[in-house]
Amino acid sequence: MINRLLVANRAEIASRVFRTCRALGIETVAVHSDADADLPYVAEADAAVRLPGNAPGETYLRADLVLEAARAAGADAIHPGYGFLSENADFARAVEDAGLTWVGPAPASIEQMGSKIESKKLMEAAGVPVLTDHTVETASEADLPLIVKASAGGGGRGMRIVRTLADLPGEVAKATAEAESAFGDGTVFVETYVERGRHVEVQVLGDGRGGAVAVGERDCSLQRRHQKVVEESPAPGLRPEVASAMHEAAVAAATAIDYRGAGTVEFLYDPATERFFFLEMNTRLQVEHPVTELVHGLDLVEQQLAIAEGHGLPAVPPAQGHAIEVRLYAEDPAADYQPQSGPLTRFEIPGAHGEEPGVRVDAGFASGSVVSTHYDAMLAKVVVHAATREAAARRLAGVLSRARLHGLVTNRDLLVAALRDPDFVAGRVSTGFLAEHPDLFAGAETDPGAPVAAALALAERARAERTVQHGAPVAWRNVVSAPQRTELEVPGADEPVVVRWWGGRDGYSVEGCSVLSASATTVTLERDGVRTTYDVAVSGPTHRAVVDVDSPRGHLRLVRVPRFTDPADAVASGSLLAPMPGSVVKVLVAQGDEVSAGDPVLVLEAMKMQHTVSAPTDGVVVTLDVRPGSQVAAGEVLAVVEEK
Amino acid sequence: MSNREAMLEKLSSLAEDQAKAVAGGGERSVARHHQRGKLLPRERIELLVDEGSAFLELSPLAGWGSDFTVGASVVTGIGVVEGVECVITANDPTVKGGASNPWTVKKIFRAAQIAEENGLPTVSLVESGGADLPTQKEIFIPGGRLFRDLTRASARKQTTVALVFGNSTAGGAYVPGMSDYTVMVKEQAKVFLGGPPLVKMATGEESDDESLGGAEMHARTSGLADYLAEDERDAIRIGRRIVARLGRRPRPAPAAYAEPDADPEELLDLVPADLKEPFDPREVIARICDGVGPGNAVAFDEFKPLYGTSLVTGWARLHGRPIGVLANAQGVLFSQEAQKAAQFVQLANQSDTPLLFLHNTTGYMVGKEYEQGGIIKHGAMMINAISNSSVPHLTVVLGASYGAGNYGMNGRAYDPRFLFTWPSAKSAVMGPAQLAGVLEIVAQQSAESKGEVFDAEGFAAVKQMVEASVEEQSLPHFLSGMLYDDGVIDPRDTRTVLGICLSVIENQPWTGAAGYGVFRM
Repeated sequence: MINRLLVANRAEIASRVFRTCRALGIETVAVHSDADADLPYVAEADAAVRLPGNAPGETYLRADLVLEAARAAGADAIHPGYGFLSENADFARAVEDAGLTWVGPAPASIEQMGSKIESKKLMEAAGVPVLTDHTVETASEADLPLIVKASAGGGGRGMRIVRTLADLPGEVAKATAEAESAFGDGTVFVETYVERGRHVEVQVLGDGRGGAVAVGERDCSLQRRHQKVVEESPAPGLRPEVASAMHEAAVAAATAIDYRGAGTVEFLYDPATERFFFLEMNTRLQVEHPVTELVHGLDLVEQQLAIAEGHGLPAVPPAQGHAIEVRLYAEDPAADYQPQSGPLTRFEIPGAHGEEPGVRVDAGFASGSVVSTHYDAMLAKVVVHAATREAAARRLAGVLSRARLHGLVTNRDLLVAALRDPDFVAGRVSTGFLAEHPDLFAGAETDPGAPVAAALALAERARAERTVQHGAPVAWRNVVSAPQRTELEVPGADEPVVVRWWGGRDGYSVEGCSVLSASATTVTLERDGVRTTYDVAVSGPTHRAVVDVDSPRGHLRLVRVPRFTDPADAVASGSLLAPMPGSVVKVLVAQGDEVSAGDPVLVLEAMKMQHTVSAPTDGVVVTLDVRPGSQVAAGEVLAVVEEK
Repeated sequence: MSNREAMLEKLSSLAEDQAKAVAGGGERSVARHHQRGKLLPRERIELLVDEGSAFLELSPLAGWGSDFTVGASVVTGIGVVEGVECVITANDPTVKGGASNPWTVKKIFRAAQIAEENGLPTVSLVESGGADLPTQKEIFIPGGRLFRDLTRASARKQTTVALVFGNSTAGGAYVPGMSDYTVMVKEQAKVFLGGPPLVKMATGEESDDESLGGAEMHARTSGLADYLAEDERDAIRIGRRIVARLGRRPRPAPAAYAEPDADPEELLDLVPADLKEPFDPREVIARICDGVGPGNAVAFDEFKPLYGTSLVTGWARLHGRPIGVLANAQGVLFSQEAQKAAQFVQLANQSDTPLLFLHNTTGYMVGKEYEQGGIIKHGAMMINAISNSSVPHLTVVLGASYGAGNYGMNGRAYDPRFLFTWPSAKSAVMGPAQLAGVLEIVAQQSAESKGEVFDAEGFAAVKQMVEASVEEQSLPHFLSGMLYDDGVIDPRDTRTVLGICLSVIENQPWTGAAGYGVFRM
């Protein structure tokens, strides 16, 4: 029996496992890196052990430290969550060798499914349909398009689609290099790429003695950069016969390896032919497991623990209704999904505390949490369970749009737009969905009232902070000459928006709308007869305040343009600025070199992604203050290219 | 015409005249100035003051009725810079190159006096071509005080900051020269005693503007400029940083207060179009002073309500700050009113409470009975108390302010910290009709004493002319043009204006007077 469980993971999944533990009376132990010390999951645990450092390689991936933490904290079982050590057979073995309960499959199962090439052979033998393999040598024009995958990869990393045969050797080389640096294993393979394929996966539970059950399927087709963002259960538009066949294939896969615990068998589903192919088996709990839990009324973590304790498999309740989950990321979809890091000044999602039945929020962060550059930028999973798919999609979009997400750019607007897209609502989803719907990235048209609300709230804030003239109306003038100006940067716009407003005896006035009320936090405007109330939150230094404006018309994050800038602070033109915090991995030029516009100057690694910084113009590199290994902050000058 | 209509008409005429000051040297001149990438004086001020803070412009109608542009080619006022209340002056270079005329000088002197009395730093936004030469006789000799005022302010530790945006030559060079801090805008500021032609005439030396007085030269060589600004905005940025470092400690916020019990909008209805009709100043007090609220159980505690009822005295608060109020109720000041005022002013000095005077007086009562009753003695007591009172005084002329009543109620000559006028005000030695009538009687007596026949019909034209001229000269725009007040204000802004003034006066501590002149009993 498990009495004290350590979760060898972080953030939302740690919180998720702790929740079930609390319900079962199991004590909990968290491990955390330095950067994660203040995240909610650490406080939620009964005990917490620090893993010094931040990089995953020195913290969450250090099997020895995690085991030592379990020993020190007196844990008798370890749950690996997902990612990190969850599919590391050596770690599973070490856990078992230490006499602890491993909440996961047998180490041998992990190994069997760990290699995509090996697992494919194994599944083929078990009668599970698989995709044909190719090599650089054997591939022909007729096989196109192809996909290159890293054997040790996961979560889309190292995947490359090849549409021209000539590109294949180069893409294989790149994928090999990327896999080498990311996973320490450069093995890649090439297989057929199914266009408009859907990603459908089956949740299985195995008892480790050859028994296995399927707990429905999930559709995870909506992906970005091969990473899932919207997941649902059941898979829309799947004929019951096809679904059953898929469930059977998944059970066959699990049975073939005497699988123990919760696992997921992923299939590539070709809706055109209704055929499906085995992709891989994930020998752990999936990020998207909540949709299955809501639809089937089963706590998968509870089942994992029960199986680990040697209990049998549950009876699987039939699916009821429909559940949709979105992954809320701190990332900028408009900037190629660039991950964002920094403080989340406000992070409130309706239903996060169970106050909205049918809504479930698995979050790893809270208001005030800091999102670090060291790990995945997923903030939370927001899940809605409703009677029908349409109802779930509409409600989830509503919940997301009412959320208050301040401090970092998120993919919220993209998620809401996707959930409201007619194609999505009609169930026409595929892995290419986002690429085929570029309009979803445009975002709503900027509400002209939002900058006005921001300007007036800033004025009210300044009034409250004033230490003289307390009773004087804001911007009062006995001789009137010009309106007040508040300049605000709007994300994505080249020019700041200038709000011109008047203060004085009769309150605020702004052209084009009437100001019904204004305070430092709430502004109500009327425009064309329509009244809108804006919630305004201000953070950061006064002169460059970040202003978050929320209203039923959406969220807008504005940054005030300082009234004055010290010319000494101005950045020399031709400066290359770090697009995000990270470290320099490669410097491709030397000071004094001539470069042409677009030439790569250096490569920056941040959030596990490499970014090439290129020369903005033809010119000469006059300044170069960084070298490989340099840590840089966002906005830091990396190099200066003087135009010729 | 209703009271409100009459007041609104006057307000629209006020707005027209203020717009003349704002227009400066006119469209073409403003356009040319903007084309050079330069800012107007009010644009400079808007950037200088804290965002959303109030700016109380002073003497905006200076020079009204004269040959000079309304506003006198300079903007002065009180603004908040980095949380510090400052006197700000800004030359208007669009008006004759910002040249100083006699009204400019008077206006700057008044601003300097306000800085001195209230202990404020001064920020001068300088760009002036010097003195208006045709009127140099009125400027040159008294104008020297400008520089004396600057250095005396410095001696009193009332910091002076000069931001030089353009010409500041000859005598004008002493503005940056006498200031504690000087900022000059690159390629714009020009500060020298004598320009190239004068130097050539005086010594034969060939020179140019930049080597004689450019910003770069002053920042790097002469040391006259403490800071070299990249451009105008940068100069203002530096100016704000200078003020931010003056070490002024924030004062505690005043007590919480309630808005007035009655609607200030109704102030427009109160003053009768014809000032012969009296109005109750309590109605004004109820619309400018704090209403009933925490710590202010009664909005206005009237003192001696049954005695000398033609003058209302009492205690109130404005923006949470205590004040004593003296307001004319029935126009005429009798002996009782004068004695009541003298006592009340002494009481305010006992408790260090600032005083607010609200004028609507036709003066001290005349006539046998009153002269014999000692009206001069009693009026003198009132003037004595007010002259020697050392708490800050604020004055607002609501309506009539005639004769010695102007003095007794703390008129301009008695140096209230601030004096503002409503558009309904009129001020003169006596009413125009009375003055003309007096003239007629005197003329008639003179003719009769010489045995001549008084030409009553012929004198009617003279009488009419005098009456019209006195009427015109007793009106607010004319008097404001003469710098006899600090500005004509919209009655609805009275509370704000006084609130700003009460905040300003707190920059300089005060204690009530301990001694007065001899009171004739």
